[in-house]
Amino acid sequence: MPMQTLYFALALFLLLNLCAGMWRVLRGPSTADRMLAAQLFGTTIVAILLLLAQASGSPALRDVALVFALLAAVTAVAFVQRVWPEDRESEHDRD
Amino acid sequence: MTATDYAAACLFILGGIFFFAGTAGLLRFPDVYTRLHALTKADNVGLGLIVAGLVLQAESWLVAGKLLLIWLLVLFAGACVAHLVARRALRKGIRIWTE
Repeated sequence: MPMQTLYFALALFLLLNLCAGMWRVLRGPSTADRMLAAQLFGTTIVAILLLLAQASGSPALRDVALVFALLAAVTAVAFVQRVWPEDRESEHDRD
Repeated sequence: MTATDYAAACLFILGGIFFFAGTAGLLRFPDVYTRLHALTKADNVGLGLIVAGLVLQAESWLVAGKLLLIWLLVLFAGACVAHLVARRALRKGIRIWTE
């Protein structure tokens, strides 16, 4: 029984971490800071999902965590390539 | 609480501490690069410790293998993303903080 409470307590702690990271999303001077906060949220949520999968005994949550880790990576790459284009892109095309 | 439970419990607590350090770093550090560094700490070590604790508790080797694969994916993804963001930030002229 104490292990169950430890799982839920740690999941709650990680959730509080996530809410604290939300402040960086609000204040972050550049878009890169907001994207960093999103990246940290991705990892935190993967950890929470794995803990809940072990606590509630449902293996499906582990697959959700796997998909979430993949999506977090793809989101960050999409951000760097699309939302944050490089100014001197045209120079490379000329050579 | 068996021995493995105690071992897993202290691994969880250490993992939680690293996650807290990563979040605190994300909030406190002055510029993008240092925040990036703090963030990937939380990824690699925080999640790694939590996954290690979960592997101790896992009921079958298949589950333990899946947990380790999830951690490896997050490891590689975090490293690649950190490199991408830092390189693009440098090219876009975000100055490195030199107090």
